[in-house]
Amino acid sequence: MKSVVAEDIVKTYRKGNVRALDHLSLDVEEGTVLSVLGPNGAGKTTIVRILATLLAADSGSATVGGIDVMKHPDKVREIIGLSGQYAAVDETLTGWDNLVMFGRLYHLDKKAAIKRAEELLERFSLSDSARRPIKTYSGGMRRRLDLAASLIVQPKILFLDEPTTGLDPRGRQEMWGVIEELVKGGVTLLLTTQYLDEADQLADEIIVIDHGRVIARGTSDALKKEVGGERLEVVVAENHIAPTLEIVARVSGAPASLDDGLRKISAPVTTGATALIEVLRSLDAAGIHPLDVGLKRPSLDDVFMALTGHVAEDEKVELKKGRRP
Amino acid sequence: MKNAISDALVITRRQLLLLVRVPEVLIFSTIQPVMFVLLFRYVFGGSITSGQPGGYVQFLMPGIFVQTVAFTLAGTASGLAEDMTKGLIDRYRSLPIARSALVVGKTLGDSALNIVVLLVMGIAGFIVGWRPTSGIAKIAVAFLFLLAFGYALSWVGIYVGLSAKDARVVQNASFLVTFPLTFLSSAFAPTTGMPRPLQYFAEWNPVSTMVAACRGLFGLENHFGATAGSFPSQHPLIMSVVYMAIIMTIFIPLSVRKYNDAGKK
Repeated sequence: MKSVVAEDIVKTYRKGNVRALDHLSLDVEEGTVLSVLGPNGAGKTTIVRILATLLAADSGSATVGGIDVMKHPDKVREIIGLSGQYAAVDETLTGWDNLVMFGRLYHLDKKAAIKRAEELLERFSLSDSARRPIKTYSGGMRRRLDLAASLIVQPKILFLDEPTTGLDPRGRQEMWGVIEELVKGGVTLLLTTQYLDEADQLADEIIVIDHGRVIARGTSDALKKEVGGERLEVVVAENHIAPTLEIVARVSGAPASLDDGLRKISAPVTTGATALIEVLRSLDAAGIHPLDVGLKRPSLDDVFMALTGHVAEDEKVELKKGRRP
Repeated sequence: MKNAISDALVITRRQLLLLVRVPEVLIFSTIQPVMFVLLFRYVFGGSITSGQPGGYVQFLMPGIFVQTVAFTLAGTASGLAEDMTKGLIDRYRSLPIARSALVVGKTLGDSALNIVVLLVMGIAGFIVGWRPTSGIAKIAVAFLFLLAFGYALSWVGIYVGLSAKDARVVQNASFLVTFPLTFLSSAFAPTTGMPRPLQYFAEWNPVSTMVAACRGLFGLENHFGATAGSFPSQHPLIMSVVYMAIIMTIFIPLSVRKYNDAGKK
């Protein structure tokens, strides 16, 4: 069953006449993670805001949990959780204050709201800081609290808009751990990100969007295959370059290329580790000791480059706070 | 409907909690008007002829009450503008709560702040010699009147805050409007001493009407210059209620609509 379906969504912002979404369609299978991957300004936040009932699409249709987003936004709000690009919690209040307040707004009675707040603080390792104002929290803690706030009524469907943007590596790791936990718990997740490794790490399926259009879709592996398979790379000493080129080309069955400066010889292979062993045996037989050797699988960066002709994080990476793409 | 009210009260509670968590807000909200009381009472007051029995302080207090209540508009607006830029409004809008809850809750929270501020000012006024003569019932009505005025104005603040892009701009812009409106009025000095063209402005200024209504409720007499005999000068209380009704009829629907459309630019 599909938990989230968007069909042919068009959204043009009046200001600047920017077409943010250009006939975008996507769907998320129940209990799986879909990552919407794209650079800033690709339309990631816009599609999340439409699905979370914050924004009306110009045309197209969307359902969340089988409910029409345009016709029954109130019902959709009852079953979703949303955590946005900014930690949307009240900075002057404590973590405890915030969660209890949101619990009350989800119509839990006072006792239940307090109980739920304490559960969530515990689960997200925030119990020790529960009585401190949010402004004393680190970036990672804020995001966790923000995520906790979106989980108060245990939504079946969760939208996370760039959950790790701006976090340090440790904060990202912690956040990934928390998200993986949630997914194990059976939540359906739509996650936007501009980090390719994040999509690779968390998503069952990835759609790549650029200028409001889906330009590729598939599993991480499938996308990588689309760009081309693995490449075998060997680095050797200067005097061994010529025979190595021959060996690599023979195993690959395709011409090998040489990166002069790095003395790196590479060629596409289809047989993976078998090709690697074959090359190593041949090199050994020829008395050549490689300095480095390996199979390189294309990164999602390569995927993006191949699909769009530009790298994913080229433009306006330092998006100003408060600005919406 | 029941949820709409309880949701709004949760937001009001948040506003009050903010005052507890950041007591500086409350302290500075009350210090500034108390400073105004002292400034006008002791520095300017001696040079202003108010023509009121009991001296200038009797004339001054209703004016400062109205001014203080009007100034809280800036706080409402900038607080909301801050929530907007921090994405808090998006969170509220993604919750299954009544669409009116946030804005109604905020305005009620502001009223609660006004209660405290007016109370502190009243005490400060009493200490420096303010003695309203109209009796406890009318004094109580006067304070309710001031709260109602503050409530009406906080809807203007809500609309301004939702329309703005930056909290600091809101703070300054609101001041730019409320400052001249409160000073070019009868709040601090009798209009009869002003140049005649200015008298027209100051006396038609709704702030003056509010102040006149307050003075009446506190047992003072109002003196009008250029517009003496006009309806607002004769019936400031009725006219004030009309002004409040107009403000709310315009700004409540505008604000709720703005909130629903927030982010749909």
